[in-house]
Amino acid sequence: MRRFRLRKLVNVTMTVVCGLAVVVALVPLVSLLWLVIKKGVAGLSPEFFTQLPTPMGVPGGGVGNAIVGTLMIVAIACAIGLPVGIGAGVYLAEKGDGRLGRTVRFTSEVLAGVPSIVIGIVAWGLVVLPMKRFSALAGGVALSLIMIPTVARASEELIRLVPRSLREGALALGVPEWKTSLRVVLRTALGGIATAVLLSVARVMGETAPLLFTSLNNQYWNLAPDQPTASLTVEIYDYAISPFRDWHQKAWTAALVLLLLVGLLNLGARVLSRNRLGGAS
Amino acid sequence: MTAAVKIDVARLDAWFGRVHAVKGVSIQVPERGVLAVIGPSGCGKSTFLRCLNRMHELVPGARAAGRVLLDGDDVYGGSVDPVLLRRRVGMVFQRPNPFPAMSIRDNVIAGLKLNGLPRDTDEVLERCLTQAALWDEVKDRLGGSPLALSGGQQQRLCIARALAVEPEVLLMDEPASALDPIATARIEELIHELKERYTIVLVTHNMQQAARTSDLTAFFYLGELVECGPTEQIFTNPKESRTEDYVTGKFG
Repeated sequence: MRRFRLRKLVNVTMTVVCGLAVVVALVPLVSLLWLVIKKGVAGLSPEFFTQLPTPMGVPGGGVGNAIVGTLMIVAIACAIGLPVGIGAGVYLAEKGDGRLGRTVRFTSEVLAGVPSIVIGIVAWGLVVLPMKRFSALAGGVALSLIMIPTVARASEELIRLVPRSLREGALALGVPEWKTSLRVVLRTALGGIATAVLLSVARVMGETAPLLFTSLNNQYWNLAPDQPTASLTVEIYDYAISPFRDWHQKAWTAALVLLLLVGLLNLGARVLSRNRLGGAS
Repeated sequence: MTAAVKIDVARLDAWFGRVHAVKGVSIQVPERGVLAVIGPSGCGKSTFLRCLNRMHELVPGARAAGRVLLDGDDVYGGSVDPVLLRRRVGMVFQRPNPFPAMSIRDNVIAGLKLNGLPRDTDEVLERCLTQAALWDEVKDRLGGSPLALSGGQQQRLCIARALAVEPEVLLMDEPASALDPIATARIEELIHELKERYTIVLVTHNMQQAARTSDLTAFFYLGELVECGPTEQIFTNPKESRTEDYVTGKFG
């Protein structure tokens, strides 16, 4: 009987401890969201999304060019990172059991662990130095280096989940192996890969360090990939370290806009994966 | 046997790594004949089947030796492209394996599309689904997912898919073992119709199925061909006592 009571006591205690851990984990998240929303909402207006930044002391203005810039840099990162990442994933899943495969897998794990500021330096050396100028391209290269390992690993795992019987079914039709890999196996895994890609895009969209000395910043509209380009994250950084109160306000509002963008992408990923699991139709 | 020999297997050996799965098997299948391969699990019948369209060699560590002639040409000859061979020797698997990311329609014509073979796809679609006795059931939902079909329908879809590349031989690896008796009966009916045009090699665990559908039956045991002969003779008057014990249910 005493045993039983002790066990119940331990049970209740552990339940309370676990509940507390959940609260502790949620507090930073909720307070972060609350803080960004509370401080950011004050500066929110339609102009904030559409106008250029104003010089110090001039009221109004927005971060329209930074939103466009972020989208452009991320688009460049996708153009480079997705073919390489998904291609590497296909290779690892189909032929990756040899020595080269193990080397690629190890390298991509190391790459995934490299601090993003170091990735920025690499992109600076690879693109900015030879071009002799900061550019959206350099920023895109830096972000693509961050995307490649995560996309490659996710693609590999999702492709490995495709049943062997589907491969055999295609091969038995006299379909060459490479076409089987791309048009049957990869196509079957594509829904899951799309989800992984969206999450990875959401992650690189929030990167600041790799952009500081690659795409730099720009006070004007820019759609040329070989020019310095504004991005939301660098804009937030520049506004936040400035000594001016109204710029601080802009930093908060820009942070809120970035959070909304990232949140939308995550939501999209969720919808995609739910549709996939929802299955048949 | 008056018909021409379609498949001529002589002294075929197959290995998985060190495991000797098929040992010195020789069998001849006449054109438009149905050969049923029976035997207990692990006796090498599936491996034998996979050697006929060189699917066997896709497994790492697998190899085969011996001679397999298709219309007199060695399928293991140096100039033979296994990809092209598999278009002549189609295959249906144990579990239905329609491509889930494609519609019913795209599944049937997948072999043509992926191989870039120019055909009148609507004609092929209707002809193959009709041959596979599936047309009436799916003609109103060709754009739908194959996963919404029942297991038996999925298997007939896979047969239609195999027929679309116009093979000469159809290999069937226990095509009905995952299906219920009614779906099984439909597949067997289908085999009867298909043998008008195709040479069929059918691996099965089900001896009644072998007796009902085939002209020839081969009994495999532990990788060896124990006996091969006309189906009626194998089931009523086998020469080997091991065959008799197996077909009468004394072991296996």
